[in-house]
Amino acid sequence: MNDSLFQIFIGAVLANNFVLAMFLGLCPFLGVSKKLDTAFPMGCATTFVMFVASLCAFAVNKILVSSGLEFLRLISYIVIIASAVQLVEMVTKKYSPTLFRALGIYLPLITTNCAVLGVALFQTSRQYDFLQSVVFSLGGGLGFMLAIVLMASVRERLRLSKIPDLAEGTALALMLAGILSLIFMGFAGMGN
Amino acid sequence: MENLQEQKSKSQQLEELLEGIWKQNPIFVMALGMCPTLAVTVSAINSLAMGLATTFVLISSCLLISIFRNIIPKEVRIAVYILIIATFVTTVDYAIQAISLTLYDALGAFIQLIVVNCIILGRAEAHASKNTPYIAVLNAVGMSIGFTFALFCIGAVREILGAGSLFGISLFGENFQPWVVMLLPPGGFIVLGCWLLFFSYLAKRRMQKLQELEKAKSKSKFKK
Repeated sequence: MNDSLFQIFIGAVLANNFVLAMFLGLCPFLGVSKKLDTAFPMGCATTFVMFVASLCAFAVNKILVSSGLEFLRLISYIVIIASAVQLVEMVTKKYSPTLFRALGIYLPLITTNCAVLGVALFQTSRQYDFLQSVVFSLGGGLGFMLAIVLMASVRERLRLSKIPDLAEGTALALMLAGILSLIFMGFAGMGN
Repeated sequence: MENLQEQKSKSQQLEELLEGIWKQNPIFVMALGMCPTLAVTVSAINSLAMGLATTFVLISSCLLISIFRNIIPKEVRIAVYILIIATFVTTVDYAIQAISLTLYDALGAFIQLIVVNCIILGRAEAHASKNTPYIAVLNAVGMSIGFTFALFCIGAVREILGAGSLFGISLFGENFQPWVVMLLPPGGFIVLGCWLLFFSYLAKRRMQKLQELEKAKSKSKFKK
């Protein structure tokens, strides 16, 4: 792979946005996007976990490949992500209790966010080198943050408008996501 | 008397099975496991393959978890569940790679992402860890039929509208203009949204009917 770093970054944020173009991390995207106050910290935390998990996954993949144990990749990635989340939780608790309280329950839930596992799996299957993986994970995280913040802002607005009872909840959220995703289709072709 | 009891337990078993298919359909009613649902449903065949892969993982991990439910310590249960699930997913991943490479390329990383499918962990935690293996498997079978059915519904709609075909067989002849957006990501969101609308309409109608029935009942009581 010889894509430039900038291409990878733009691709991960816009053209191949993790949520709106690749359908990763939909659970938090639909669940935590009711209010902007929770959506933004969630985006930040996910970005950070993605970054840490991607670094660790890169190192572990090197070890696994060199010892011929590729079939353990999935299991080790899951364990890495769970421990990375735990680590992030402990660090934020120690150094920034306010942030820790703001994130609350959402931090441990990042473990089951498929966008995080997705970053680790994609960087392996695309054979990115170290710097590319870092850029890819940061781009993916920022893309997730962008999508969830946009969604939350739209939903905050929608609360003031009249909605048919039938469409309340997930159905409406999915329709909104469809329209947002249609908009993001406009970025297709940028980056890689 | 014994016969009656047996029958009752049979109907309960049936209920366990049917729960996942309709009343608690994982996608249309509970809205769980959205990521693979939307990503792979560009054609009916892909959705069926994904459904079958998830079925295998769900049933075998529920069986294993419910067998070991009394041995697994409460504190580390989630980690144990994830490890069990990841093992089965790795098996499926390698099996699909061996059976059909084209299918493997079409599904891509989403086979491995079955690990973080909330349906499986949800069933393991909410059902398999509390029930005997037989009941747990029955429930898992129902859930996976419901999941596969939902995937197929979405995949079929997207393939018919987006490519004018079903299972690769052309339906409308040559003059059909394919609705390409249905195959692209926005189509997935919108089709699933429409299905959810349809299901919430059904649920609402059922509620109304029940209310009317109750009203009629209370009225007839008054007359007496």
